[in-house]
Amino acid sequence: MAQPILEMRDITKKFPGVTALSDVNLVVHRSEIHAICGENGAGKSTLMKVLSGVHPHGSYEGEIVFEGNPVEFSNIRQSEAAGIVIIHQELALIPELSIAENIFLGNETASGGVINWDEANHRAIELLARVGLRENPLTPVKHLGIGKQQLVEIAKALSKEVKLLILDEPTAALNDDDSQHLLDLLKGLQGKGITSIMISHKLNEIARVADEITIIRDGKTIETLDVTAGDVDEDRIIRGMVGRDLEHRFPDHTPDIGEVMFEIKDWTVMHPLDHHREVIRKANLKVRAGEIVGIAGLMGAGRTELARSIFGRSYGSRNEGTLILNGKELTLSTVTAAIDAGIAYVSEDRKGLGLNLLDDIKTSISSAALGKLVKGLTVDERKEVLVAEGYRKSLNIKAPSVTVGVSKLSGGNQQKVVLSKWMYTDPQLLILDEPTRGIDVGAKFEIYGIIQELARTGRGVLVISSELPELLGLCDRIYTLAEGVITREFDRSEATQESLMRYMTVDAR
Amino acid sequence: MNGLLSMLRGNVRQYGMIIALAAIVILFQITTDGVLLKPINVSNLVVQNAQILILAIGMVIVIVARHIDLSVGSVAAFVGAVCAILMTKHDVPWFLAVVLCLMLGAAIGAWHGFWVAHVGIPAFIVTLSSMLLFRGLTLVVLEGATVGGLPEDFKKIGNGFLPEVGPDTGLHNLTMIIAVLVIAALVFLEFRKRAAAKKYNFEVLPFGLFILKLAVLGVVIFYFSYLLAQARGLPIVGLILFALIAIYTFIMNKTVFGRHVYAVGGNVEAATMSGVNTKRTDFLVMTNMGLLAGLAGLVTTARLTAANPKAGVNFELDAIAASFIGGAAVTGGVGTVIGAIIGGLVMGVLNNGMSLNGVSIDWQQAIKGLVLLFAVAFDVWNKKRTAGGGGAGAEAYESTAPPPDELADEIAAMEHDLPGTEALPQDRTTT
Repeated sequence: MAQPILEMRDITKKFPGVTALSDVNLVVHRSEIHAICGENGAGKSTLMKVLSGVHPHGSYEGEIVFEGNPVEFSNIRQSEAAGIVIIHQELALIPELSIAENIFLGNETASGGVINWDEANHRAIELLARVGLRENPLTPVKHLGIGKQQLVEIAKALSKEVKLLILDEPTAALNDDDSQHLLDLLKGLQGKGITSIMISHKLNEIARVADEITIIRDGKTIETLDVTAGDVDEDRIIRGMVGRDLEHRFPDHTPDIGEVMFEIKDWTVMHPLDHHREVIRKANLKVRAGEIVGIAGLMGAGRTELARSIFGRSYGSRNEGTLILNGKELTLSTVTAAIDAGIAYVSEDRKGLGLNLLDDIKTSISSAALGKLVKGLTVDERKEVLVAEGYRKSLNIKAPSVTVGVSKLSGGNQQKVVLSKWMYTDPQLLILDEPTRGIDVGAKFEIYGIIQELARTGRGVLVISSELPELLGLCDRIYTLAEGVITREFDRSEATQESLMRYMTVDAR
Repeated sequence: MNGLLSMLRGNVRQYGMIIALAAIVILFQITTDGVLLKPINVSNLVVQNAQILILAIGMVIVIVARHIDLSVGSVAAFVGAVCAILMTKHDVPWFLAVVLCLMLGAAIGAWHGFWVAHVGIPAFIVTLSSMLLFRGLTLVVLEGATVGGLPEDFKKIGNGFLPEVGPDTGLHNLTMIIAVLVIAALVFLEFRKRAAAKKYNFEVLPFGLFILKLAVLGVVIFYFSYLLAQARGLPIVGLILFALIAIYTFIMNKTVFGRHVYAVGGNVEAATMSGVNTKRTDFLVMTNMGLLAGLAGLVTTARLTAANPKAGVNFELDAIAASFIGGAAVTGGVGTVIGAIIGGLVMGVLNNGMSLNGVSIDWQQAIKGLVLLFAVAFDVWNKKRTAGGGGAGAEAYESTAPPPDELADEIAAMEHDLPGTEALPQDRTTT
């Protein structure tokens, strides 16, 4: 095996309250394709941000050796100058600019501030040929499909004399043909001496193209598998990704499950902008009274889109399928209608969709059911305070008073405020999207307790989570979702992390 | 001691613009040798700035809802022009003309609301269009000329004063009576608010400071009324203005609609996901601005005793400046009616004081521009400073303060009605 081009030694990165990476080691050899695998939140992207200087030197511990020399990048420009280029999951292209303009953005061929477009376009044609993209360099990027845009990103990386190319979920948004082309291209670049690091959830692709695989779990390096030595298949990778004890503890809970109270049939949701793209395809799902039902799926599988399409069609353009709540078929076309019908949705994006950060605790709690507080012309502020105080007490929201601004609360307490807000609407069905994201362990335990007790009062709960142990510990039944399709339904007794992961990564279409 | 200091810091921020206004008043009182606070000048201050203050009330609501309205000057001119034409050319009785024109203003606002809320065009564009549209239509309606000869009763809206009643005391009796009633009502409301806050264990001003605040407020209102009463009494437009301040403060603080305006401005996505009808809120906010622009147009026309094609030029800029000086945030969600009024008064007193000092109109404009910038810069700086240390989420509270004792029973009674908590064990402890 060739010499290492990159060594990251004992990398530790801490954020306030969270250790994202602890003593991570990564060795990448020259001219190989090195895959990094791990669950959502395992620390893969953070590690790449450390490498590329997004998290500057000094903000982490440990050392990075690139091409035999210790390096200390304090921004992306420095890492790019050294030949390390990262292509993010969200493409960084500017739709209105041409291919050539995008390729040389920030790296323009200029003399005295004036760009030499002849030369730039000429070089662009060469670069496009190298990535196998036959397009006029003057074409605006917005006219290209996502697969071709990905190739433009790679051409842009090549223009920077890249030695180490990092791709974060490069095929997540691509169809099979485009994925195939991209992977072939990576193999081709490998032949020309370019080393790649690839982060991906698509285990079949990884098993096919990668030379080595490093598995990261909970911010730690678990193992590095040598694919070329053989015997590495998807099952082997999954075992590495999930193989841990259930370290999260869950409150004791005896489910008391009743009749089916919520159901969707043949639920299809179209992308809001692309009316022909099925984000969710023919989903069937049931929730019984008193039941906690999980949805397991990787990022991009359509979990949030499914939830929001149920919640008053707050996502998607054309919806098809039927929605039945308490035996009645309903058409819920607005959020207000969904709330009135008894559906609540706790968003994964607490600060963006869940809370108005300018509000205090009491106005946040009352905001989704303000109608219940109307007295004559005005909001009954006295009752509002009592309601908020009631929830502060019963949910143990840690704040000196209900007039404290929600922006000053910790994540766990913010989430309790959001839960209070939705509990006060008296929902029949609660959809909880990543209910414990960014929350410390103690508060997680409390929130699990709240969720279980909501179920105990006969409500139906639908939990979406990236953390499989959380779903396994909390849910009575779990659906797996892959590429917008419900791939399987598991009973609590039959589900394991491995079996869930298998159906989350299955090729569903 | 530390408590008092942090308290003062918090209050400096809250009352920053009031203090600035007081400083400006004192400054000009000195430089004009006391002319600024002469009764007749105070009376003029109110009459001359009323239309801007009326517009500022509507504007701050628009800004809280994260929009802007550039058309209010043109709309005011247009509504004033239509009113003048109705009364002079078509012999419509003045009160009927006023009602029709207020409806016209609201209809123009609804036009804006339609484009902003339902079509989704930025308010900046919609109202920029109307700024041109209604300036043009004003010229069309007036045929380019000034239309005067308005009914006497109508002109009183802009120039009139409350009638004199009772014995001759050398003061305007009705004005003083109103002042006493207003002060009494304020003291009552403030005490009630404080009692409620204390009951809920909310932070309240120490009693001494609370009394001081009330005393200062009372003295200012009383002295202001006393000055007005020495001149011609409370102008009718002043009465309209005070009524609007009270009504809109009530709407913004106490009603569901007010809550929705702040919610939409603070985070429109979160508001939508909480079931707020954001389109309706946006529509009503713009409609209301049209209504108030119409009213401002009537007041201006009445004060100038004629409809003028050039009336209302730059009104929108003064109203927007007043809102921002008064603490509204460009990003929406933040701002108060009373803040916008104070911002408007800062501008009005600056204008008046500089005129009295013989500062030319060009320099006045330049100075006002800088005042706007520095006022907002001060606010930004102050927010950064008080936010301090660590940023969002830094302040994680370690424990739950117990609910106030007096409320314990009521909360316990309440909990049976709180959805979702039925099965929760009582008195959960921290894990």
